[in-house]
Amino acid sequence: MTYTRNRKIFLFGVMAFLLIMVGVLQSWSLSLTIINLCIISAVMALGVNIQWGYAGLFNAGVMGFAALGGLATIIIAMPPVPETWQAGGMGVIFAGVVAAATVLICVFAYRKLKPNRLYANLTVAAIAVIGFFTTRAIFEPAVTAIELVQPAKTGYLGGLGLPVIVAWPVGGLLAAGAAFIVGRVALGLRSDYLAIATLGISEIIVAILKNEDWLTRGVKNVNGLPRPTPYEVDLQNAAWFIEFTTNWGFDIQEASSIFVKLCYMGLFLAVLLFVLFLSERALKSPWGRMMRAIRDNETAAEAMGKDVKGRHLQVFILGSAVIGVAGAMLTTLDGQFTPTSYQPLRFTFLIWVMVIVGGSGNNFGAVLGGFLVWFAWIEAEPVGALLIDFITLGLAEDSPLRLHLLDSAIYMRPITMGLVLLLVLRFSPRGLIPEETGGARTR
Amino acid sequence: MDFLNAIVLFSNFVIVPGLAYGSQLALGALGVTLVYGILRFSNFAHGEIMSFGAMIAILVMWAFQGAGISIAPLPTVLLALPFAIVATVFIVLGVDRVVFRYYRVKRSPPLILLIASTGVMFLFNGVIRFVIGPTDQRVDDGARFILRVRDFREATGLSEGLAIKTSQVISLGAAVLCVAGLFWFLNKTRTGKSMRAYSDNEDLALLSGVNPDRVVMFAWILAGSLAVVAGTLYGLDKIYKPFTYLQLLLPIFAAAIVGGVGNPVGAIVGGFVIAFSEVTLTYAYKKFLGYLLPSDWAPEGLAQLLGTDYKFAVSFMILVVVLLVRPTGIFAGRTL
Repeated sequence: MTYTRNRKIFLFGVMAFLLIMVGVLQSWSLSLTIINLCIISAVMALGVNIQWGYAGLFNAGVMGFAALGGLATIIIAMPPVPETWQAGGMGVIFAGVVAAATVLICVFAYRKLKPNRLYANLTVAAIAVIGFFTTRAIFEPAVTAIELVQPAKTGYLGGLGLPVIVAWPVGGLLAAGAAFIVGRVALGLRSDYLAIATLGISEIIVAILKNEDWLTRGVKNVNGLPRPTPYEVDLQNAAWFIEFTTNWGFDIQEASSIFVKLCYMGLFLAVLLFVLFLSERALKSPWGRMMRAIRDNETAAEAMGKDVKGRHLQVFILGSAVIGVAGAMLTTLDGQFTPTSYQPLRFTFLIWVMVIVGGSGNNFGAVLGGFLVWFAWIEAEPVGALLIDFITLGLAEDSPLRLHLLDSAIYMRPITMGLVLLLVLRFSPRGLIPEETGGARTR
Repeated sequence: MDFLNAIVLFSNFVIVPGLAYGSQLALGALGVTLVYGILRFSNFAHGEIMSFGAMIAILVMWAFQGAGISIAPLPTVLLALPFAIVATVFIVLGVDRVVFRYYRVKRSPPLILLIASTGVMFLFNGVIRFVIGPTDQRVDDGARFILRVRDFREATGLSEGLAIKTSQVISLGAAVLCVAGLFWFLNKTRTGKSMRAYSDNEDLALLSGVNPDRVVMFAWILAGSLAVVAGTLYGLDKIYKPFTYLQLLLPIFAAAIVGGVGNPVGAIVGGFVIAFSEVTLTYAYKKFLGYLLPSDWAPEGLAQLLGTDYKFAVSFMILVVVLLVRPTGIFAGRTL
């Protein structure tokens, strides 16, 4: 036990040292930027760890759940656009009601007609087709009307104008809803079906966010999301801040930017600690032991009367909700919503590297993985450039090969991550901070 | 006349592209299904292996073009294909030796192999961008069309034209050749039969003296070759973009699952089912219906069921329906 504790303290110490070195060598502002993204990555990694580490579920759609968190920030925080609501808001809502009604009627009809499968399938298909066309007929004119209202500035419904912090739990709820649907379909089948189904849903979510301009402005992006923290400009004009910087002899520009980043850090850290606390409590509770029992031997757990499919669905939803919260935090930090920035490599598989490297099944491991891997992802590019520079020293300054390689330094990132993942999986499959298993401590 | 016009229009925009795309998907899904049948895991690196193979083919193609070698009217990349297959198969076998073999010997659960395959995906992804960069590359030199719209119109006197691209015919032809070769190999040769036996019942096959290393090696050789052909054909038909291959993973896996994972016939059928569903659901039927219906019945909008940006949604919906109704796929079982 003390061994793992010492190891934990040592590894987090190394991480802190690395971040401080960035502060000393490069700049404190940069160090804080990295820390903020590290914290968000750590929350995402905690979400994946809940699914993979506790229950052994492979979620290949982290990107989609994070993007839903981003969507929540728009729906909650942006001011509503009254003109577009007038133009087509009711139409969109009505279309949504019709679509929901169609689904409900389908489910109802299927249950009623179940004894005769052919008849049931045909009826459901007919209802679905009619419902689809009715929805489209209501939906499309409304959307066209909305998107015509000042397309360069708005052209979307806007949000509710609430404080952006509210969006974080809402992001979690949206992600949980999507997870419920995918989980109901794909859980309980072969283990990799969930991977493929989640891969699909995440692509679809991002496609929707890119193309439904009435909701997210699509590729025109939503800029100027309200912040939960003060603005630099306001700080630079605030009397107390000017006094503070002159007293301590700081540069006001830099001090204001650092102050804002520290505010973000405080908020993110609060969320991280909260999620970490809950995850630890859950893991060490009877529920957590049950989850691990199911993970390690589904048949035995089922024999003990545990509802394996139900528990899987539960844990899948919980993990996705945490990812959704992290996604909302990320969009809040960016201050804008850019659907094109959601890439599976960065948002799904990188999070997986974090969990595997940190130690699947251990919450502190996931947090450490989030910090370490994000740090490596950021620093792989400059380090890679240095490395290429060193290797190609023999070549002429303007040799095309050397220039091509230096241009490609950014692709050191996926290469490094692939290598790190493969090496850790092979030589230290339990990760940097291994899972603490109750009985088998001596191993 | 209107009826003929409608048929030509439909062939031009749905049937011909659907056949070409379906062939490419079927070849990709065959590779996934082979790896699944023998090695028992979903290979997430398959998309990047396709991309890697296509990249090698393009590099060799450039070398040929530089040396002035061509097989016009056919695209030069076909000449480069054998070289790309050999190179990619060697790389894939090396990856298996270094990465996957360890977990196979240890009998790790399939999800661990899946995670290892995402590591391989990362590596390939970076290497491809390192070598050829993230930008688009044109592959289709030689004669682009076998049948042009204008020639067709002049020959038949119809107002609609039918165009057939060289790449579409090559796709279909290559798919037929590959599938025929694969089935001959699996059903007639000793190694092929031992692969089927191994896939059907591993313990029994081992007991009967099947050499597992050999079976696995051939599975990778076949999957790698099919991946190179599929990747190159896709690049030839559309354009070679490194990032599209990660997105192709979804339709390919959907095709494999729809047909029944581990079943080659299923992979082919699944590939065409996915391709035709995608094309038919995202095609705008306005003009087509205009020919068939009386003029005052013609639809006002595009009469398109789904925007082309949602083509992933089609594979996903089919996947969901199959998982709900028949989780084993159309052709149940995991035998090759």
